[in-house]
Amino acid sequence: MAQKAFVSGYYLDDKDLVEGIKALQEKNIEIADVRTPFPVHGLDTVLKMRRSRLPRAGFIAGAMGAAIGFGFQAWVFTEAWPLNFGGKPYLSVPSFIPVTFELTVLMAAFALVFGFLISSKLGPGADNIIFDEEVTNDRFQILLEVSGGNSDELQAELQSAGAEGVQHHDV
Amino acid sequence: MYVSPVREPLISGEKSYSKVTEDIYAPMTGKPGKFWFGGLTLALIALGFGLFSIFITVWDGIGTWGLDRTIGWGWGITNFVWWVGIGHAGTFISAILLLFRQKWRTSINRSAEAMTIFAVMCAGLFPLIHMGRLPLGFFIFPYPNTRDVWVNFNSPLLWDVFAISTYLTVSLLFWYMGLIPDIGTIRDRLKEGIKKKVYWFLSFGWTGSARHWARHESMSLILAGLAAPLVLSVHTIVSFDFATSVIPGWHTTIFPPYFVSGAVFSGFAMVLTLMIITRKAINLEDYITKAHLESMNKIIIATGSIVGIAYITELFIAWYSGVVYEQYAFVNRAFGPYWWAYWIMMTCNVITPQLFWIKKIRRSFAATFVISIFVNIGMWFERFVIIVTSLHRDFLPSSWSMYSPTWVEVGIYIGTFGLFFTLFFLFIRFFPVIAIAEVKSVLKTSSEKFIKKGK
Repeated sequence: MAQKAFVSGYYLDDKDLVEGIKALQEKNIEIADVRTPFPVHGLDTVLKMRRSRLPRAGFIAGAMGAAIGFGFQAWVFTEAWPLNFGGKPYLSVPSFIPVTFELTVLMAAFALVFGFLISSKLGPGADNIIFDEEVTNDRFQILLEVSGGNSDELQAELQSAGAEGVQHHDV
Repeated sequence: MYVSPVREPLISGEKSYSKVTEDIYAPMTGKPGKFWFGGLTLALIALGFGLFSIFITVWDGIGTWGLDRTIGWGWGITNFVWWVGIGHAGTFISAILLLFRQKWRTSINRSAEAMTIFAVMCAGLFPLIHMGRLPLGFFIFPYPNTRDVWVNFNSPLLWDVFAISTYLTVSLLFWYMGLIPDIGTIRDRLKEGIKKKVYWFLSFGWTGSARHWARHESMSLILAGLAAPLVLSVHTIVSFDFATSVIPGWHTTIFPPYFVSGAVFSGFAMVLTLMIITRKAINLEDYITKAHLESMNKIIIATGSIVGIAYITELFIAWYSGVVYEQYAFVNRAFGPYWWAYWIMMTCNVITPQLFWIKKIRRSFAATFVISIFVNIGMWFERFVIIVTSLHRDFLPSSWSMYSPTWVEVGIYIGTFGLFFTLFFLFIRFFPVIAIAEVKSVLKTSSEKFIKKGK
């Protein structure tokens, strides 16, 4: 694998972080990643992130859950083994609703959680690189990818964008 | 950011982001105290006794319980409904209050949701044990078996299986997804070693990337949207176990909303009982403040009053319906052989929560602690009253009977307390009790430091 290198700079306040990102963007410097201890609101618009497709995945899985749940119950009581419960209709729609609902929720939840983990490449045993252990504490970090040995340049840019501590990382 | 001047701070003391990490990480470091070891030992003893009682039930049969042909549901189902009810607070706090953007939920959602999961586990045991023969448990799953018969999808008991297992799964997913950023925080505080490796594994490689956070937030919001109706559905379906039958006292359309509010009522009481002790024991007084107490107590008044109105409505409808069986069932509840259970229920559930109208009481930790225990007792008796008093006077007077539990039933109940507290003690030792990242995200708008600066 080709050697990669990153330059990181951190801020101690989320407001400064957003200002810093904006300053870098004005100079057309591409930001590889931003890492924060908690979700900073407005970052998604500043970083022009694509809207997550998780809601769609959740909806599709939920619709499938509903169809499977209802379809299965209907099949069991009209085709597979019709049983007469006190003269009630075989296709008793109201009494199929609870199980249909539960399966809808269950499948949508699974789709959301696994969708999140897979699209973020997170999971048991994921070996993501942590550049600074203080990010999960109180540091708001900007990561820039070094290309063609411009590490010093990028470090200077980060500093002028107000970053507190600037560092070079070889991966 | 604008903050209403009448809103009191949710996090007191001069907290910085790193101070929050430090405070919540502190109880996980060092040697656990005598209190923790003592509590865990007691819980394990109770759990052991419970397992022994389950063993007796399975070995000798369900005849070791105090049930008979008339009263087929006793403590087992009472405890089942009670534990499920307790398990309603956590997801209510983290899902419904998330949708309503209540910031105070951030300090309590993590531990409340842990309690939910543990309580639902305890609850789930009872229907299984109630079968008397545990291997029969697989009869409730719809799978193509050799008998070619499917389960009865028209039965509320089957809906229960789906509702409770879905609730447990979704709550667990929701809780764990909320935990991974905080496990990441703990992982990064640890020095190299096995412990760090374990937390690394549990943190799913969390980095705090803005992209991950954006997805995490979008996932949490939709999960909350799904979990909100789910919470309401679970106790609704539990109430169908009773409401769809023809037993006077059970056959009422009021049950679903009445059970759901009762569940939230008892769940909040249990969360309060435990959090009041926990915040003292592990020094989280700055995070769980009187403001939290007051908010939770307000929900207790609301849900408690709904329960109170439901009791009175039931009585009124029993009289107004003109059905003699219904009327007898309710007169018998209040003045029959189980009058004491009925009046314990009435006092604990209807009168005590009304004390929270007094501001001094609703902001007092000591008073809330006492009242929350009353509510727990009252809600247990509510289920006992509904189940036992409705059954013990059959349509045929020759079948009339009385019920009292044997030591085996009591033992299983004690055992579930053991299970609940064992898990809870392990949780407060090995996981962050407060959602660190979520507290940090409201620090700027709700901490004492910020509010002072704003003035």
